Amino acid sequence: MRASNPRPAAFILALAFTLAGALVCPIGNGAPSAHLDELMSLLAQRQHGHVTFVEQHFLAVLDRPVESSGELFYDAPDRLEKRTLHPKPETLVLEHGVITAKRGRRTFTLDLSSYPQIVPLIDSIRATLAGDRASLEKIFKVTLDGGLDQWQLVLTPADPVVAKSVRRILIEGARDIIRSVEIQQADGDRSVLTIGPEVTQ
Amino acid sequence: MTRSGGIGTLAWIVLVAVAAVIVARAHYTTDLSAFLPRNPTAQQRLLVDQLRDGVASRLIIVALEGADSHTRAQVSKAMAARLRSDHPFVSVNNGESAGTERDQRFLFEHRYLLSDSVTPHRFSVAGLHDAIEDTIDLLASPAGLLTKDLLPRDPTGELVEIVGQLGGNAAPRSADGVWVSGDGKRSLIVLQTRASGSDTDGQQSAVEAIRSAFNAAVAATASTTHPQLLMSGPGVFAVASRAAIIKEVTRLSIISTAIIVVLLLSVYRSATALLLGLVPVASGALAGIAAVELGLGVVHGITLGFGVTLIGEAVDYSIYLFIQSRQQIVWPTIRLGVLTSICGFASLLPSGFSGLQQLGLYSIAGLTAAALVTRFILPGWLPRSFRVRDLSPLGQTLANVLRRTRGAPIMVAALAVVSLIVVYTHRATLWNHDLSALSPVSQADQDLDAQLRVDIRAPDVRYMVVVTAADEEAALNVADKVGTQLNSLIDADVIGGFDSPAHYLPSQAVQRSRRDSIPAPDDLRARLRKAVAGLPVSAERLEPFLADAAAARAQPLLTRKDLDNTSLATGFDALLSSGPQRGWIALMPLRASPSHPSYIDDARVRKAVQEAAPGQATVLDIKGEADGLYSTYLLEAVRLSLAGFAAIVILLLFALRSPVRTVRVVIPLALAVLAVVAGFAVLGRQLTLLHVIGMLLIVAVGSNYALFFDRRATDAHAGSVPLTLASLLIANVATVASFGVLAFSSVPVLAALGSTVAPGALLALIFSALLARHLPATATTPAG
Repeated sequence: MRASNPRPAAFILALAFTLAGALVCPIGNGAPSAHLDELMSLLAQRQHGHVTFVEQHFLAVLDRPVESSGELFYDAPDRLEKRTLHPKPETLVLEHGVITAKRGRRTFTLDLSSYPQIVPLIDSIRATLAGDRASLEKIFKVTLDGGLDQWQLVLTPADPVVAKSVRRILIEGARDIIRSVEIQQADGDRSVLTIGPEVTQ
Repeated sequence: MTRSGGIGTLAWIVLVAVAAVIVARAHYTTDLSAFLPRNPTAQQRLLVDQLRDGVASRLIIVALEGADSHTRAQVSKAMAARLRSDHPFVSVNNGESAGTERDQRFLFEHRYLLSDSVTPHRFSVAGLHDAIEDTIDLLASPAGLLTKDLLPRDPTGELVEIVGQLGGNAAPRSADGVWVSGDGKRSLIVLQTRASGSDTDGQQSAVEAIRSAFNAAVAATASTTHPQLLMSGPGVFAVASRAAIIKEVTRLSIISTAIIVVLLLSVYRSATALLLGLVPVASGALAGIAAVELGLGVVHGITLGFGVTLIGEAVDYSIYLFIQSRQQIVWPTIRLGVLTSICGFASLLPSGFSGLQQLGLYSIAGLTAAALVTRFILPGWLPRSFRVRDLSPLGQTLANVLRRTRGAPIMVAALAVVSLIVVYTHRATLWNHDLSALSPVSQADQDLDAQLRVDIRAPDVRYMVVVTAADEEAALNVADKVGTQLNSLIDADVIGGFDSPAHYLPSQAVQRSRRDSIPAPDDLRARLRKAVAGLPVSAERLEPFLADAAAARAQPLLTRKDLDNTSLATGFDALLSSGPQRGWIALMPLRASPSHPSYIDDARVRKAVQEAAPGQATVLDIKGEADGLYSTYLLEAVRLSLAGFAAIVILLLFALRSPVRTVRVVIPLALAVLAVVAGFAVLGRQLTLLHVIGMLLIVAVGSNYALFFDRRATDAHAGSVPLTLASLLIANVATVASFGVLAFSSVPVLAALGSTVAPGALLALIFSALLARHLPATATTPAG
């Protein structure tokens, strides 16, 4: 395990949880293959991560955005946890394709595989963790802009089911550090996840 | 043939004819619950009823294994489509999502009747403000994204509340649009039969319907490799074991008869002797079945299976008659042997297992009839020239061997000490304390069942609140009250959650009060305007909520019929049912809190339930009750066995008129029991209460042999010692063979009894012979 930057893990986390929310997000062709491969392998090397986050949701139904914040955890190969501290404490754990959510006095268990439109996404997360770019690109059209030092990934759904709910996903980062994940939904709503510094143990 | 012999024969013919008629018209059953204990406490009765007739008993899990996942999904869908239109099933669920959407629409449309949160306070300005704020907070979480579109119609989040109430039931995994096991290697269908679990015929037609749906679905697939069909569930077990028992009884009878026939033919070298020897056996079997039918009203298949042991035992009497000369046959000893056996089997009669009662009554009637026929009918039928092969040489050899075996008592004593040490060192693992050890279902089937239950994520419930009431509405009413208390236990983190039929369908009273708590439209509009102050949403956006609330005020209350065609009906029916005789029963399974997943403070739950509904609801500790049930029956088996043993000892004391002689008869039997227990310990086989019963039978059956070594019996007939020994050996081999056949039965009840009694009876003879102190030094040729 490397002690340095945990943000690639956070990327996976953000992706997983956003998608887990029933929305879907993808990646595409035409990217500079060499760079994308390099980025993927950087991301895949992560074994563990623990960062803070702030997330803003811009929803048409609301007069102003709602904001939440908390911490993200990642343990290879497939355990992701999003611990929201504000405004209401809530814990979400994604492990082996099952989401366990604890909110208030209740604990919910949600099996992602029960939502067929999400299955490919979870598979793609596994594929990403394994550095399996081919599997990823079955679902997403992935475009990589910029260089490895300052990059932006644009993921566009290749899967029509996924495309119904998500227009695209923008991920910004520098080398193996992810700075933000923006998910643009098909209905115009969007959310921006801004990833803060690593939490030191 | 003498005159009295003629009368006897006539009486025999009449009795056999009567018995044959009774046997032909008897009621036969393979109901497994005959070997489930009857019910000492009210809570245990509840448990046993649930096992037998409850909704749990109507569950069938179908798994498809092998082939590829796409083919399995195809077969699953085709099977489900066909089975849904089949009469035997109340519900068929394989995870296809059509049902889920219907369910969600139903829940959403009736949210103001179903949500626990709907109270007058919920619609106050403060209540609305808090609820809407909560819902908006939820939008910031991924879970909220699922419900984003619902905000304008459901700003107070009632649907989320209802989903939370029902949230305990995790669905199985899905792949290719159908449910699959955790590892994805099996696709799953969960069915609820119309017939109860104890209706074996109904279950059989359900199982057959599943099979033919499977065959049709497989035939329709294009794939060349076909999946394999696995089924589990109480009804499946009942059907399978009925088939197994019928097959088994036939098989065991044939094997056992064949062994005895070969044995007797090789000994007698006379077909006449063989046929005559089987007369008491056949008479005994008829008498046994007739007695069970008359006494208990129904004959269990397992009784017929156990009946094969009668072949081996009843044939003993004719062996003594034929081999020991007619003049010198020791009728008093045989009579005493029959009586001790009867004492042993009689102690099964008061058992709490109707199955054991059957075995006891069958054996008593069978042995008595066989002994009477041998004593009073058979001698009159023997041809004047009747002779079987002279077995004196065999007997002489046996006598010589025994006489030469010096230090035999020391060897036996040493074996006893070793056995004692073995039993003592294995004392912790000697007993199987699991109720399932008694199950007539084989271990492999139990394992498959456990695996499939994990696959469908059936919750492993330990505690359950059980509500009993006169009618459905009253039961739901109590469930509502108990639910309110349980909700506060969730807040206090005593429990993690609970299921309740009232979550699917609250009582009419509760629904009415929820409906009445919705304010009139203008009033609600005014309150909403105030409530959204400071929130990022305007009252105008929530217009659809006002419309829905107004509509809900005029909505008719829900009844059970409204749940039809949703999967909620299955969930509701699983938790609320009319009891066999006792009104309605609502079940409320409890889930442990995630912060202490394996512990529930049941004392606090009991207190809360007692306060909510005194006398109408009890907390059932399923594992505790099941263990208690088992302990009760183990204790009963031990008591019955000790009583049977005591009766045998008293009988011997009375008949032998000597404590010393009684002890000498009993010691080899006790040692045989000890050695058998040690044998089980060494082999790592755990003992159940059926083995305890088996131990009693070792004493009851073994005493037949031990008695012949009693001093007076041998002294008085010194001349027949070799023949007595020969006849004992052959009789013993016959008995051991028939119990031995049972030991290989696939029906666990029979296997347990057989594997205990067969070695025990053999050891009883060997120990009796080795410990006999008065074998005459020489033997004369018998006079007969």
